[in-house]
Amino acid sequence: MAQIASITLLHNDDARPIIEAILADNPGVRVLNMPGAVKLDRDDELVINRASVEERLGRSWEPQEIQLVLISMAGNLDEDDDHFTLSWKH
Amino acid sequence: MAPKKLGLKQRYAHMTRGLDWETSYQPMDAVYPFDSFEGIKIKDWSAWEDPFRLTMDAYWKFQGEKERKLYAVLDAFAQNNGQTGISDARYANVLKLFLTGVSPLEYQAHRGFAFAGRHLRGVGPRVACQMQSLDELRHVQTQIHTISHYNKYFDGISEFRHMHDRVWYLSVPKSFFDDARSAGPFEYMIAIGFAFEYVLTNLLFVPFMSGAAYNGDMSTVTFGFSAQSDESRHMTLGIEVIKFLLEQHPDNLPIVQKWVDKWFWRGHRVLGLVAMMMDYMLPKPVMSWKEAWEIYFTEAGGSLFTDLARYGLKVPKYADVATAEAEHISHQNWAIFYQYTHAAGFHTWMPDKAHLDWLSEKYPNTFDKYYRPRWEMWAEMEKQGKRFYNNALPQLCQTCQIPMGYTEPGDPTTIAFRCSEVDGETYHFCSDGCKDIFDGEPEKYAQSWLPVHQIFQGNCGGATVPDVLNWYRMNVGADNMDYVGSPDEKLWNEWHAGKVRDAV
Repeated sequence: MAQIASITLLHNDDARPIIEAILADNPGVRVLNMPGAVKLDRDDELVINRASVEERLGRSWEPQEIQLVLISMAGNLDEDDDHFTLSWKH
Repeated sequence: MAPKKLGLKQRYAHMTRGLDWETSYQPMDAVYPFDSFEGIKIKDWSAWEDPFRLTMDAYWKFQGEKERKLYAVLDAFAQNNGQTGISDARYANVLKLFLTGVSPLEYQAHRGFAFAGRHLRGVGPRVACQMQSLDELRHVQTQIHTISHYNKYFDGISEFRHMHDRVWYLSVPKSFFDDARSAGPFEYMIAIGFAFEYVLTNLLFVPFMSGAAYNGDMSTVTFGFSAQSDESRHMTLGIEVIKFLLEQHPDNLPIVQKWVDKWFWRGHRVLGLVAMMMDYMLPKPVMSWKEAWEIYFTEAGGSLFTDLARYGLKVPKYADVATAEAEHISHQNWAIFYQYTHAAGFHTWMPDKAHLDWLSEKYPNTFDKYYRPRWEMWAEMEKQGKRFYNNALPQLCQTCQIPMGYTEPGDPTTIAFRCSEVDGETYHFCSDGCKDIFDGEPEKYAQSWLPVHQIFQGNCGGATVPDVLNWYRMNVGADNMDYVGSPDEKLWNEWHAGKVRDAV
């Protein structure tokens, strides 16, 4: 069975550009809508790119701001200035 | 030329390293007396990594923002009489169970992480534990604030702190945390940081809180998701703890495996309460316990344990039993509370036909065969004025402290019953998982404060049920018994009659 990298975000206006960036940058991502929340799953790795979020948001955005809309996640985290990556790859 | 801004990784290194020092007035082992007796071997504390790389200044910034958002919602909810817009007043009973059973655990976690942060001698985990300790304090405070609004209208809430230390079923979550906090700091980190936060809290704070949203409780979903955003950091700490211990020394593996097995099973038993909340207590259910278990344990836990296999760590013992129990646990727990509704601080009810049909659909293997007929019989007995109460005090499992109502793996018609003998005394267990935990540390669990034993020993206010309920500070006739006929129901019906009247 594939290992699933996953992130769950609030389903609100602040999270929407992040959700859209994830959908654009992660081919094969699967979406589970729950009341108030959205869970995004992908085999092995899921990436949030700062540039993709900024492009949709129209302002500068630090990956640490994700804390304001984050609900849950799965995978080993690698966070830096330009990305927030959840992965089971080594 | 302006100095170049440091990158996130550099900032984190500067803000968390070099904060510690070698003590000189006292030897380090005297300053940190608890980080060696458990047998865990650490060669290099500096190998610790916090993948979130959160520094204290950023922590305050983000937490302050989360609080502002949360309290804006709480104010709006109160100002707009949000309590009248929930799906049904039955919903309020999940809040009663949450505040009496879960919120005090947040406070316990605050104390526990303060202790772990004090007693682990590496600076990386100390900083992470400090943040988590503050988070947990925030969680208990925001939960009390949120639910205090409901306390103005609904019964069963006001004595939550008093009840947590006394009421029979609340000893289940309470003893879980007492167990963790009376362990050493490393076991505490595996128990709460790894087994509870990483493997199990998703089940409480994601699908259940989504259920709160679906039932119109925008204040609870907001504190729930706000807390859960901290939990993501805690989960990362939990996974980091386990990787760190396993990388530090091969001798750590068997110790860690034993803790993972123990705390998985302990957590599974406690979460049976959440299973019941999701399957029975949300008037508009969102996801069955079984579905949530598949997503958050089978799928998410499967990915995690596949990853940890490279260290030699195995899937927790009895994970297969727990997965099989996902077909039964919510039904068996609801049956226990229904029978003992006179001694519970929240209301019970038999599900209506639409809800029974939902359960039949969600549990095709078990519900119609084992549980629906019982519910239909009990509903029929209610109609005939013969509502079924269990007036005997139940035997409790010595480890999880839940009444011995669970069934044998593979045989849902036979009660599971295990026992161990120590120093001429017999101790009883609901499962192999609970028996194994006791057998591993009988000196610890032989001392458990078991509510039923304590009642029989005369330590709970008296010899009769009314004496004990009085000692619980239960407002008899309002806090306990069925929803139908309760003051909560009367109030709700008045609100709704008022809405219809005003609309005409």
